[in-house]
Amino acid sequence: MSNIPGDLKYAKTHEWVRVEGQTATIGITDHAQHELTDIVFVELPEKGRKLKAGEACAVVESVKTASDIYSPLSGEVSEVNDTVVKDPALVNSEPYTGGWFFKLKLSNPAELEALLLPAAYKQQTET
Amino acid sequence: MLKRTPLWAAHQKLGARLVEFGGWDMPVQYSGIIQEHLAVRNAAGLFDISHMGEIFVTGPAALEFLNATVTNDLRKCEVGRGQYTLLCNESGGVIDDLYVYRIEPIGYLLVVNASRVAHDMAWLERQLARFPARNLVNLVNASEQRGAMAVQGPKVADFIDQCFAAPALAGTSVERPTGLRKNQLAAFPYGNNSVWVARTGYTGEDGFELVAPAEFIEDVWDKVLAVGRPFGLVPCGLGARDTLRTEMCYPLYGHELDEKRTPIEAGLGSFVALQKLEFTGRSVLAAQKDNGVGSQCVAFKMAEKSAPPRPGYPICAAGSHERIGEVTSGTQSPSLGVGIGMGYVRKEFATPGTAVGIEIRGKAAPAVVVPKPIYRKPI
Repeated sequence: MSNIPGDLKYAKTHEWVRVEGQTATIGITDHAQHELTDIVFVELPEKGRKLKAGEACAVVESVKTASDIYSPLSGEVSEVNDTVVKDPALVNSEPYTGGWFFKLKLSNPAELEALLLPAAYKQQTET
Repeated sequence: MLKRTPLWAAHQKLGARLVEFGGWDMPVQYSGIIQEHLAVRNAAGLFDISHMGEIFVTGPAALEFLNATVTNDLRKCEVGRGQYTLLCNESGGVIDDLYVYRIEPIGYLLVVNASRVAHDMAWLERQLARFPARNLVNLVNASEQRGAMAVQGPKVADFIDQCFAAPALAGTSVERPTGLRKNQLAAFPYGNNSVWVARTGYTGEDGFELVAPAEFIEDVWDKVLAVGRPFGLVPCGLGARDTLRTEMCYPLYGHELDEKRTPIEAGLGSFVALQKLEFTGRSVLAAQKDNGVGSQCVAFKMAEKSAPPRPGYPICAAGSHERIGEVTSGTQSPSLGVGIGMGYVRKEFATPGTAVGIEIRGKAAPAVVVPKPIYRKPI
């Protein structure tokens, strides 16, 4: 049973979104970190980069595989989590807090409607 | 459906994460690859290696036949000793790398890679058909009837003797497993049967590999786990097996070795005994030892924090995109905290200290060629 916080929204590709005003914080879910196993490397987009919803923007590598991370929303990267780059294991231990990846200044907040609610994401991970 | 070892149910009970490996459903990890790797380096780990093959070659001409077929010199093995060796084709290309143990005066046990059992048997049968004294050699593939496990780590010697109550019945004449020296093996009684115990491994740590009939291998697994747990023994999967052997620069068939690569190119010349006047592939290998080879297997370490190197990534000359080779094994080293790997490069780039680039997602990440092994135990 993976942890799926009720105050977040989710992408089909296992990213989570926390919205505060016009800014979204993005990371990967507990389900995703569990599937990937020990994370050893994280590559994040540069501050200032403009992303489109669905665009591959980061890479997470475990001992055994490399995985692409897709931006759930469109916007400009306003902040990047240097701590998780220095300590990739945070993605496994704190996927929703210390293991966040980057913040986006949203350019099209209406896109939030297309994201999954916790119950819908939970259903997806269980099938 | 994927093949299952006799320990499959045990893995389920332990909550293993299973993956497909060469047609087998095998545990890749139980608690986590890094944790399991470090357990083997600091305490002890237990691996299911039942997917590997066991082939028995016996008879008055067994030694003569095997010595004409493998690269290393089996005359060096007294009863109860094994050696690492290779099976090569006429061009010196590797058919498999394996261990051969002299279990009896005229009996040998070959332990071979899981992915190569069928190839090895076909090759051995073909060689035997052309061997003049073939009626004095018996060749049996017992892989389906056997299971095997590896128990590896500095603490293994503290508990392994408790798993086997009585002195050896065959092989090296010792009172207990810890009486075996490296590469020696013996058969110890286990219930009404016996288990072959060899002091060998694929991790760089002290340890043993156990071979037993499939019917009671799960019993042995449970016993070793129960006895070893208080000493820190944990079950370990193929993920940790790969990171451990990569740190030691041990080759893996299909990566550093295949039918187009010779042991000389792979850096395994010390297991090619040219003092033997006849064995398959000898002439090519002798010429390579004399003249050198154009491409060599090297070990490398990433020079700075980067994504881990992986098999198939191109290797380039430093500061350029000129491709000089390819990564054959690569990972993030749990013991060293840096990316490490092995690969083949043009011989001009094979000297330790040479700067190279590993191409990762289109960008060359700096690395340096290092001597083997990459990991050495701290003193």
